[in-house]
Amino acid sequence: MMSIQPSNSDTNETGAATGARPPLIELSGITKSFGNVEALSGVDLQIGEAESVGIIGDNGAGKSTLVKVLSGVYPPTNGTIRFRGRDVRFNSPLDARRNGIEMIYQDLALCEDLDVAQNIFLGREIRKNLGPFKLLDRRAMSRAAAEEIANLGLDFDVEREVGMLSGGERQMVAVARALQFAPSALLMDEPTAALSAEKIRRLWELITDLKSRGVSILLVSHRFTDILSICDRIVVVRGGRIAGQMQPHEHPPAQTMAMMTEMMTGDRIMTEASA
Amino acid sequence: MNPLSAFLNARIWGRGASAINPGLVLATIVVFVVLCFASPYFLTTNNLLNVAKALVIVGIAAAGETVVIIAGGFDLSIGSTMAAAGMLAAYLLDSGSGVGPAFAAAILLGICIGMVNGTLIAYFRINPLITTLATLAIIRGLAFVISDGREIIITNKTWLSLGTGKWAGIPIIVLILVAVYLVFALIMPRTVFGRYVYAIGSNARAARLSGISTKRWQMAIYITCGATAALAGLMLAARTGNARPAAAMGFELDVITAVILGGASLKGGRGTILGTAIGLILLFMINNGLTLAQVPSFWQQVVKGFILLAAVLYDEIRSGRSDDG
Repeated sequence: MMSIQPSNSDTNETGAATGARPPLIELSGITKSFGNVEALSGVDLQIGEAESVGIIGDNGAGKSTLVKVLSGVYPPTNGTIRFRGRDVRFNSPLDARRNGIEMIYQDLALCEDLDVAQNIFLGREIRKNLGPFKLLDRRAMSRAAAEEIANLGLDFDVEREVGMLSGGERQMVAVARALQFAPSALLMDEPTAALSAEKIRRLWELITDLKSRGVSILLVSHRFTDILSICDRIVVVRGGRIAGQMQPHEHPPAQTMAMMTEMMTGDRIMTEASA
Repeated sequence: MNPLSAFLNARIWGRGASAINPGLVLATIVVFVVLCFASPYFLTTNNLLNVAKALVIVGIAAAGETVVIIAGGFDLSIGSTMAAAGMLAAYLLDSGSGVGPAFAAAILLGICIGMVNGTLIAYFRINPLITTLATLAIIRGLAFVISDGREIIITNKTWLSLGTGKWAGIPIIVLILVAVYLVFALIMPRTVFGRYVYAIGSNARAARLSGISTKRWQMAIYITCGATAALAGLMLAARTGNARPAAAMGFELDVITAVILGGASLKGGRGTILGTAIGLILLFMINNGLTLAQVPSFWQQVVKGFILLAAVLYDEIRSGRSDDG
């Protein structure tokens, strides 16, 4: 019978990489209730600088709620969030953004009637002074958006309406929007749902590149392959709690998958490796 | 994309959400040409000035309504706000106030009505149609109660001159309309306010997740509509020479028809102030044509209803095709 204990080889008890610097993000005792339903119950989690953490769990396990607490969509009912060692309270997505936490939502949260550049800069428009008035600097925003799109290795007109783009292109607009403002942490909720294999490969390259630039990644997915291919650490959520943590390449892939499934479902699974 | 779909979604000016659809321009040109041939009186300076003067009042209110509809909202209370604003200014003038303070108070009343609508819609999440239907009834009712149903004759020359005076041969009231449209034509594409109006109408959740305080902006949007309705009410009183609690009854139909005809989508996110201006011209040319053809006014009402239906159907078919394509 195999163990479902978290792997602690070079991590502390909440799983973050240990070291002199405080973790980028530290959640302690996070609880989130919706009426009588407790979606998160006392979650402790740390995310280190330039670390990529994969959150996996069944439908309704609380993984999306967890990232939404981190991105400021849901203020926690109880518990504390520390960012670079100081207490923060995210009451809105704007609070999280101000701390350099960007989120790519499962449904992408784009305005289809606005163009690519307008979406990328939505809520953070560049403005110029015209006498006493502050007007949108549309040219500066288009130019910066075009540069960001080109940096992602893509080629489409930033003045095109988002509603006219393909699913993959929209996904990349959401990525470009998150990256435009040099985030310190990027949260992604099911980012591969609308992507082709080629686009997924491109996204993984991007994440690797972001990590090398010191950006922390939190990836929510129900696909084992997503998590295994890109994450330094896997956190399994079940029933609003952290069911366990592990490192993806600590065990043979089949055993890792079986361990993740065990943690997700709470049932023991027999594999060749554990038999 | 098939040819019909391509035509319905084509644009002749502007991009994306602020594109002007060729169908609207084509319809306006066709109606203009038909009227030129159908009536010798249509293409005369006097008649065209009459058309312009007639559309001014609806036009000013339509500017604010355009903003509300692009933001995915709706405001039915404009006619009542117009009457209440006119009554308040007339009452204050009668009580010895100056024109400036009386006008400021009337606009402030419009702003307050917009705040009430905005609060109920944004913070209490009551459907805009129901909210503004209720405020329509409340404001109109209060205007009748307070005035006891009596009208106030306007004697102030400055106020009346706005409705009858001319500057360089152009009625002042038309110049006011042009000024209002120039201001909105600048605000909508070039300011954060305009950008957020489109964003909220297109996807309010995405706007909120982008850090935009959608409730506060929704409030600002209804305040804008209340203020333009109040201004329209002052101009209506200037033209008619009196302020009545029953003024501007049913104006909502003309205002909303012009806005939808102008290409603003009831689903939100799309529309332009220029489109509304063209929609107004089209609507009032049709009205004028019917008057010149001596069609009884009851029938004109029927025609207006059909025009609104046609505009909504056009919008529905266009957006339905966008979704499919």
